[in-house]
Amino acid sequence: MKYTEDDLREELKTKEYEYGFYTDIESETFPIGLNEDIVRAISKKKNEPQWMTDWRLEAFKVWKNMTEPEWANVNYKKPDFQAIAYYSAPVAVDPNKTLDDVDPDLLAMYKKLGISVDEQKKMNNIAMDIVVDSVSVATTFKKTLGEKGIIFMPISEAIQEHPELVKKYLGTVVPTKDNFYAALNSAVFSDGSFCYIPKGVKCPMELSTYFRINQAGTGQFERTLVIADEGSYVSYLEGCTAPSRDENQLHAAVVELIALDDAEIKYSTVQNWYPGNAQGLGGVYNFVTKRGLCEKNAKISWTQVETGSAVTWKYPSCILKGDNSTGEFYSIAVTNNYQQADTGTKMIHLGKNTKSTIISKGISAGKSQNSYRGLVQINSRAENARNFSQCDSLLMGNDCGAHTFPYIEAKNKTAIIEHEATTSKIGEDQIFYCNQRGIDTEKAIALIVNGFSKDVLNKLPMEFAVEAQKLLEISLEGSVG
Amino acid sequence: MLKIKNLHANIDGKSILKGINLEINPGEVHAIMGPNGAGKSTLASIIAGKEDYEVTEGNITLENEDIEELAAEERAHKGVFLSFQYPVEIPGVSVTNFIKTAINETRKAKGLENMPANVMLKMIKEKAELLEIDRKFLSRSLNEGFSGGEKKRNEIFQMAMLEPKLAILDETDSGLDIDALRIVSNGVNKLKSKDNAVVVITHYQRLLDYIVPDFVHVLMDGKIVKSGDASLALELEKKGYDWIKEEVNA
Repeated sequence: MKYTEDDLREELKTKEYEYGFYTDIESETFPIGLNEDIVRAISKKKNEPQWMTDWRLEAFKVWKNMTEPEWANVNYKKPDFQAIAYYSAPVAVDPNKTLDDVDPDLLAMYKKLGISVDEQKKMNNIAMDIVVDSVSVATTFKKTLGEKGIIFMPISEAIQEHPELVKKYLGTVVPTKDNFYAALNSAVFSDGSFCYIPKGVKCPMELSTYFRINQAGTGQFERTLVIADEGSYVSYLEGCTAPSRDENQLHAAVVELIALDDAEIKYSTVQNWYPGNAQGLGGVYNFVTKRGLCEKNAKISWTQVETGSAVTWKYPSCILKGDNSTGEFYSIAVTNNYQQADTGTKMIHLGKNTKSTIISKGISAGKSQNSYRGLVQINSRAENARNFSQCDSLLMGNDCGAHTFPYIEAKNKTAIIEHEATTSKIGEDQIFYCNQRGIDTEKAIALIVNGFSKDVLNKLPMEFAVEAQKLLEISLEGSVG
Repeated sequence: MLKIKNLHANIDGKSILKGINLEINPGEVHAIMGPNGAGKSTLASIIAGKEDYEVTEGNITLENEDIEELAAEERAHKGVFLSFQYPVEIPGVSVTNFIKTAINETRKAKGLENMPANVMLKMIKEKAELLEIDRKFLSRSLNEGFSGGEKKRNEIFQMAMLEPKLAILDETDSGLDIDALRIVSNGVNKLKSKDNAVVVITHYQRLLDYIVPDFVHVLMDGKIVKSGDASLALELEKKGYDWIKEEVNA
């Protein structure tokens, strides 16, 4: 019988758990600022081989000569890169802290999302009551994957244990010089996930960062590498619906996906970083580079639900290199209060008969600005390429903005490209109609927003979809007076 | 059940209702007729709790409880139902999902658990049959791309599901062809009981051939100027409203 994530979750409910792969890091924080010595020190700290150190140094050299991009439709005070500490050990559990010390607003939100007390404690660095025999769960999980030859571990471990794979693929989809943040990430990335699915293997469960205790500590410069070998399949879930109040203001992650011939990768993200308060103070800057490469007949599907961060700059993209390959992008981006999001995708059609689908749903409330930015590029050799794009915006109130920047570059006459866009507003009539049927205004908005987002929510794995729905509801609470 | 006393209401400073008095008892069917702009839809909206209107005088009670301060959803929970003249579209939300949400929110307000799925499904099936609605219709997005007739039939379907105490049908007959009119009226008649009441707002006698009222009220310029039995509707059909105007002015 197949061991699914549901089975695992069931076990986790009954047993106390430690996540699968805990890396022991000595507690120490480096001085603030960034220079070659810091890059070397990070690498040394992680006991990395010389090639990795060199790779980081090369990236740092490139980054030094780059400037921060300014083309996105967002306004923020640029971070001072010399005022950030680039290495800090995970915060230790404070033995005197209890849940009573946690912000009640945050607790209320956890409750609505149905997050277990233990998870709440973990997220707030509170010691758990029972520490036990969790090894068995992790072992079962690892064993199931191990039997199939699937490698799933922190990238820092993969550098040690599978250097040949990391070396072969790291930076091949997002080169170090790709952009300012990608270069910075390449120089200083703290940790992240590594996943390899061998030829012909269908991964039997959804792989999720949920299983890794280091997740909390790796937030700032996360690096993820997923390789699906020929004919394999994997569904990967990233992130957490729980609100994360990370103190790090700048997040610059890089995710690279490689789908070899006939392989398929489904990558789902829920991003709920701290968006700042209702007055627009604080909040995370989320500058992420995510890209996948498709070889022949391969398929990569990105699904994202973005509700957090003060500023989001993120374009999960597909390079459709192989003939008959397929790229998909399904996105829900919610902005409220003073949040700003500039997000979308790039579909680069290089191979023949390549297909891409883009469905973007932007929801803006409060005084927020929500932009879709997308590029569909059809190369001259990409015969019979097809793209369908649909960008819908939903506005709530009169002070928010929705913007659409679709770019199309077609260099082959056989291309068929379709683009549809709509903008609508939640009307008072819709709300009154719901009210009259006994549905209060909060619930009415949730219903309307869920209806609007349905095409994308349907693409999420079941369990994630339910959580994402609740998250949409909470993110928009109080947005209509 | 519903008592309206000397109700005055404004919208944007403009006076629309100028002293409505109306009493509706369980088991009764009332028809409100009158020319365009008389205030018929305004009256329906105010009873349902639409906030755009300002009540300046008078009061509304439902089962002896003042409902003026209640939000629209609270009135709905107490059994007020309005079949809209122009039902709104909610893309991506199916007819089934919408009614399920409405029923469970109402139950929640009453401190009840969600309706068990099998009970809900059985009820949906039963009420859909009553209104000759087919299964495919139930999975379509609410009112999106519905014909006029489908929209109205869906309103009455929701009424059947919610089993209100007081149902106000605002021009439910407009946009209906004769077959749809028969189905909708038939549905309403089957839902009638000695415990609930129906208010039918219409321009035409046509609907009242099917849903026979116990009382007919003529609303003109924000007031009920004449009340009578079903024969009043027939008289209006024949003679129009002018003779009443003259009567009022005389």
